[in-house]
Formats: sequence, C-alpha cells, structure tokens
Amino acid sequence: MSLFQVRGGVKLSYRKELSSESPIVHMPTPKRVCIPLQQHVGSPAEPVVEVGQWVGKGQLIGKSGRGISANVHASTSGIVTAIEDHVAPHPSGLTQLTVVIEADGDDRWAELPPPITADFPLPATPKELNDRVAAAGIVGLGGAAFPSAVKLDMRYKYSIDTLVINGAECEPYITCDDRLMRESASEIIDGVRIMAYALAVEQIIIAIEANKPKAVKAMRDAAKADRSIRVVTVPTRFPMGSAQHLLLAVTGRETPADKRTAEVGAVVHNVATARAVSCAIRRGEPLISRVVTVSGFGVREPANVEVPLGTSVEDLLAFCGGLHPVPTLLINGGPMMGAPLPSVHAPVVKGSSGVLALTAAEINEGPESPCIRCGKCVSACPAGLVPVEMAQLIKRGDLQGAKAIGSQDCIACGSCSYICPSHIPLAHYFSFANGKLNALDRDARRQDRIRSLIQARNERAAREAEMKKAAAAARKAAKAATAAAKAAATETTAASTTQMEETT
Amino acid sequence: MSTLANRAGPFTHTVNTVTRTMLWVILALTPATAYGLWLYGWPAVMLFVITLVAALAFEAVMLVLLGQPVRARLLDGSALLTGWLLAMSLPPWAPWWIGVLGSLFAIVVAKHLFGGLGQNMFNPAMVARVVLLISFPVQLTMWVAPAPLGSTTTPSFGQALAYVSGYTPIPEHMSAATALGTLKTELSRGVSVEKTAAQLPQPQQLALGNESGSMGETSAMLLLAGGVLLLALRIISWHIPVSLLATLAVLAAVSHALHPDRFASMPIHLLSGAAMLGAFFIATDYVTSPVSRSGQLLFGAGIGALTWVIRALGGYPEGLAFAVVLMNALVPLIDRGFRPRVFGRSWRGTSLEAKSQPKIHI
Repeated sequence: MSLFQVRGGVKLSYRKELSSESPIVHMPTPKRVCIPLQQHVGSPAEPVVEVGQWVGKGQLIGKSGRGISANVHASTSGIVTAIEDHVAPHPSGLTQLTVVIEADGDDRWAELPPPITADFPLPATPKELNDRVAAAGIVGLGGAAFPSAVKLDMRYKYSIDTLVINGAECEPYITCDDRLMRESASEIIDGVRIMAYALAVEQIIIAIEANKPKAVKAMRDAAKADRSIRVVTVPTRFPMGSAQHLLLAVTGRETPADKRTAEVGAVVHNVATARAVSCAIRRGEPLISRVVTVSGFGVREPANVEVPLGTSVEDLLAFCGGLHPVPTLLINGGPMMGAPLPSVHAPVVKGSSGVLALTAAEINEGPESPCIRCGKCVSACPAGLVPVEMAQLIKRGDLQGAKAIGSQDCIACGSCSYICPSHIPLAHYFSFANGKLNALDRDARRQDRIRSLIQARNERAAREAEMKKAAAAARKAAKAATAAAKAAATETTAASTTQMEETT
Repeated sequence: MSTLANRAGPFTHTVNTVTRTMLWVILALTPATAYGLWLYGWPAVMLFVITLVAALAFEAVMLVLLGQPVRARLLDGSALLTGWLLAMSLPPWAPWWIGVLGSLFAIVVAKHLFGGLGQNMFNPAMVARVVLLISFPVQLTMWVAPAPLGSTTTPSFGQALAYVSGYTPIPEHMSAATALGTLKTELSRGVSVEKTAAQLPQPQQLALGNESGSMGETSAMLLLAGGVLLLALRIISWHIPVSLLATLAVLAAVSHALHPDRFASMPIHLLSGAAMLGAFFIATDYVTSPVSRSGQLLFGAGIGALTWVIRALGGYPEGLAFAVVLMNALVPLIDRGFRPRVFGRSWRGTSLEAKSQPKIHI
C-alpha cells in the first residue's frame, strides 16, 4: 500500500531495546491502590462508594460525570479507606479526588456484565456495544485518554468510513504496545473488529512503525481473520503516532485545523484500546489495568508490566528492581511528550504508557546558546510552523504576533526542542504562550459576558423605563380620553336638549 | 529523591551542537583549503594563519567588551569559520594587513556590531571581502599564477615573508589574471569572449583548480566534494546550492547560446570564481539565509541570477560576494513571505474544508 508524504518530524534515538524483548509481566496487586476519579479528558467521575465500604474487583467506584467523561472502577477487591485529595501524575503537583482502597488480597471480582462470546456478526446492536465500552470506562490508552465511547459515537454525527488503529508507538523507550501486539494480537484484532462493527466502517487500517517487525508479523497473522483489515508499516519518524499525522500518512486525508479526524471520515484508536474493548465485550471486564513500560538508564530492570490502575509509581519501580543511585528524572509517558512526575506517590492511571527514570546523560540537555537560524526546527515541525520566528516573538512578549503565525496550531510534540543545536527550549515557549493566550481568551470571553450582561441589564432598565413612561402616558391619555368623553357626553346631552328644545 | 522538574519536555535531545556543526563545515572545507595552500605556497599559508588568528583575536576582544561568555563562544568555531572563509576568498599573496583588516570588518563590524552570533544580517566574510575590494582594489585583484610548494617557481619562506609583510612587491612575472578577469579585460578591449575563452584553461583544468584565483576558490571539484559531505550529513540542504548553481547555469547557457561572442559559457561560470565555494559554503550560512525551504530556493536563485548579472553585465569580473550581500538584505522579507503551509490549513491560513459532511438524520 502506498503511503502519503507527511512533512516534518525527527529521527530519534529510540532506546527501545532496553525493554522491547521483555515479555509483559503481571504485577501482583499492591497493598493499597489510589484511584483518581479523573484519568481522562473531560469532567471527573463522581464517587459512588463510601468510606468503609467493601468493593469487588471491577466494581464501579466513580460514575461518569457530565458531558465528556468516563467511568472509574476498582482495580482490586478491598475496603475503601478514604476518598480524598491525593497527588496525581501531573507535573503541577496538584492533587485530585482519589478513591483509596486497602486491598484484601483476595482479588475477588464484583459482579460483571454477561460476556458476549458469539462470533461475528455480533448479536448486539452498535448502540449496545457503545454502552458496554462506556460502562467499562475505556479511554484512549495511547496517552491522550479521550473517552473511547465518545469516539465510537462519532458515526451518529459524521459519515465515518475508515477506522485507523494506531500501533505506531513513536515515543522513544515505550514498548508496551509493541509487546501487546506481539503477545495479544488476536485479542487486539477482536477488539478492532468489534469497534469496526460498532462504527460500521468500510476499511480498517492498522499502522505500525517499521521498527517493530515482530509486531507487524504477529498482527498480520492475526488479521487474517478479517479480510477488510490491512496492516501497514509506516516510517519510523516521530511524531508518526499523532492521530492526524498517522491518518494523513495512511489515507492521504488531512484533518482541518482545530477539527477532529471524524471531519474527514475517520476515527483513530490505539491498539491497547482495541484490546481493552475486546476484554470489555468478551469477558465483561472493565478497564482496571494497563501495560506500562518501565525503562530508562536509571531503573535497574526495565520491563513491560501489566499494572493494576492506582498502583503507586513507587511500588511499580520497586517491582522493577528499584532505581540506580544516580540522579534521575522520573517521567510519566515518553520522553518527547511525557511530563515529569511530581512524586513517586503518584498513581499509575489509564493514560500512563510509561514510567521512565532518565539520567542526565540520556536527557542530554546542553546549555542554551544563541540561535544560529539553522532552520532545523522549521524542517522538523510536523505542523508546518516556524518555531524560530514564533520563539523570537514570544521572547519579545508579542504573544498576538506569535498567534498570528500559528502558535496555537502547535501540537506540542517537542520535535523543535529536540533538534535545536543551540538547545533552545522552543516547545516550552509555545506551551507558555498558548497557556497565556488561552487565559487571555478566557478573560476576554468573561469580559464579553459581563459586558453583554451589563448591556442587557441597561437595555432592560431602559425598556422598563420606556414601558413605565408609556404606561404613564397611556394612563394619562386614557384619563384625558375619559375626561374628554365625559365632556363630550355632557355636551351631547346638552346639545340634544337644546335641539329638543328647539324642535319643541 | 526529588522528582519535581521545573521544566517542560522533551527529555531527550539531539547530540548535535553549534560547535559540532561549525567543525564539520571546517572539515568539509579542508581539502580545498589544503589544495589552495599547496598551490600558492608559503605566502598563502602565512596570510591564512594571520587571517584566522586575527579573526579569533577580534572575536575574543569583542566578547570581553560585550560581556559575553568568552571561552564558550570563542570555542564554538563560528569565528574560526568566518576567518577561514574570508581567507579562502582573498588573493593568496595579499599583504598581511588585508587579512587583519578583513577579519576586523567581518568580526567586529559585520558580526558583533549587529548583535553577535546569530544576529548578523550580512555574511561577515562576504561583507569583509566587499569592503576590501572597494577600499583596496589593487591588493584585492593582485592574482598570481600557481606556484605549488616543492615546484621551482614557489617562493622560499623568506621570500614569502617579504611578500606578505609588504617589504618586497610581488614580482611582475608571477602575476596572472583569473579566468573571469581575463574575459572582462579582453572584452573591454573589444576582443570577443569566444576568442578569449579559447586561450583560458579548459574546463577540466578549472575543475581541478590548477589556475590563478583566490586562495581556496579554485578547485571546484574539492569544494563540490566538501559540499556533498555537508549534504550527506544534513548540515545543509540541497535547496540553496542547487537553486544557485542551476540559475547561474541556465542564465550562462542561454546567454552563451544567444551571444557566444559576448557571454561566457556555462562551465566557465560554474567552475571559476567563487561559484562553488559560494553555493555550498557561503550562501548556505545559516544565520544569513532564509529558514524555510521555499525561501531558500528563492534566495539561492537570487544569488545565482545576481552573480551572473554582475559578472556578465556589470563592471566587476566576479559578483558572488555582492550577490550574497544583496540577497542577505532580503532575507527578513523572504522569511515573512515564504512560510511553510500549516497542517490542516490552506496556504492562506484558513482551516481546510471538511471532506465528510456532518450526517443529516432523517
């Protein structure tokens, strides 16, 4: 199959060999899990359990909130000991409402929905399948954590003809999807077929980067089950795993700026998400664990671990032999788009694809030197921006100028910062500027709202005054009219009397 | 263990640095430079060393005066490269003060007075060459015939010292005009280009570089090899050199085909003068060239065209330095006008049309 040209991107040192040959190991349930009620894009889930209550494995503990949201389930059986603010895997170090469960060690399942084991075509409507996926709390496991059921619902809003399954895994170090494709290819393919059925699409494309030949082979073998599935090898070039860029590479469709891929008739899901969908439908199991790559030169035994959600990073690292006694930086996710972990007490969540312990040598952050305008950031930018110029404007404080040349089209992939020979933290400038611009926007919107409220109030006041005046005038007019009528009536009577008198 | 990092990603970076880039460029220049130094002997070696030392000295002084980190900036290789390129463009037997004055203009005026590394609008080496050419036309057009080290004609170390110090003038019999210079002079005397060209070194010889010319500009072949190395290492992209050489070649070929007695042929334009050095090493200077690929194509084509115009129609036999400096002035404008297309947007900046229409429910 021919591929389409995608501009920009960078070749990285992938260092996937640290963990790519380690089969997925299951981590035993820790003594305690801390499950945040927001592990997804959208509004947080609302707690439906109480402190002191026993919960079974897979029991709903957080019900999907308003609008875009997702359910949250217990990852083991035990007693809820607290529902409190707890450190979350976010670089801000801000806390999040979290359900703390002391495990009873039995790992006893709660009552699960009945599995649908029949072969295709499934004896369930797309709507029923979507509801199952939503109930299972499945979100995009590639890292974005967008609720999957919302994406499957796109068919009701757009005409969707293509399902793209993202097995690119373009971040360095991360090998969880690679291992999953090698070890659970048939489960993934089953999930893909379920999603394709739910979406009623015509073509299914599974895209895998060329540096994972074993995964490609395993997936090709498993995909023989369905002839509408094509497994495609895409070039190893970051950020190939960006949904919009992957879609462009395999279909030639370019998603319009500020829009979803559904606008061009396609939905993109990650391979691990497909597997989670299969588990939810075939076994009735909600999303309560995920495969996490633990890697980096700072960790003793790099591995791919199936981790119960809510396990602390500390427990996970201990399971992987602990850290080398060298100064390291702990990263949640990949080194390109991941974020520093605020604490080892932060839990593993649905979006955690990796926990990396990186040494200074790996990060290789040189001292910043002047920009020599080499233009490497321009060639590397997959969004077609001019980072060198935007950074100059932002440095000068001209945020509007940066916005005018597209700073808000930045996808924060970090390719520019990676490639810069002067080690200028370009991506950092853009996230700063866009954060500020968003805040200004919010402010402007609030100002607008206040202004329109004041205007409405003034108008209302004016209208009321007008009405009062009109009413007063009307009353006066009515009074005058009555008086006039009376007078007229008197006159008429008088006149008629006169007439009568005259006629008489 | 503290894990809170007060910074944003990415947490992995390229091994490439400014210094590494500069050193690769210097390495790519080395074969052509070594050939030039051998070809013109001790006076060239002396002028080369003097120019480089002066460039580094002026850089150090300016860094101290401007309160910038001296060690890091001095060792980044940028001043060394500027001095190197300037030396390569000078007449090989020019007196010492030409090298020193050139370095002064390049480093102090063209680079640091414009704000230092990365801030200069004009290519420092070319500014220096242009200033020297206008101010000291005699010294800057004092070309010599090849006198390779080890040959009978090569001056001894002592003689070289005498020439470079300006103590002894260069003997008349050693001087020889460049190919482009000969064409211009003869044309002004009414001799047709075609007739003169027959007397000039043949294209093969021009490619090898065994002829009179600037210290490091004569060997088109070795410069091309260095350029290919830079392309292979992705230190430069093909856009500027190819558009520059292609424009120069097309203009030369077309004009020569129309008026062979008035315009020189394509091989002469491409293989002599500063064409090769300029295309691969000077026009591709990061700081003074556009950052987008489309801008680079225009920039290269502009230099190629201006070079041909000055050479063929203007008063100077060689025009690359002028062409580079003129196009440098347009870079900010080119950068504004030639940005890449943003993903998901049209060239005009509007969001692309959605192909799939929202569904209409019946």
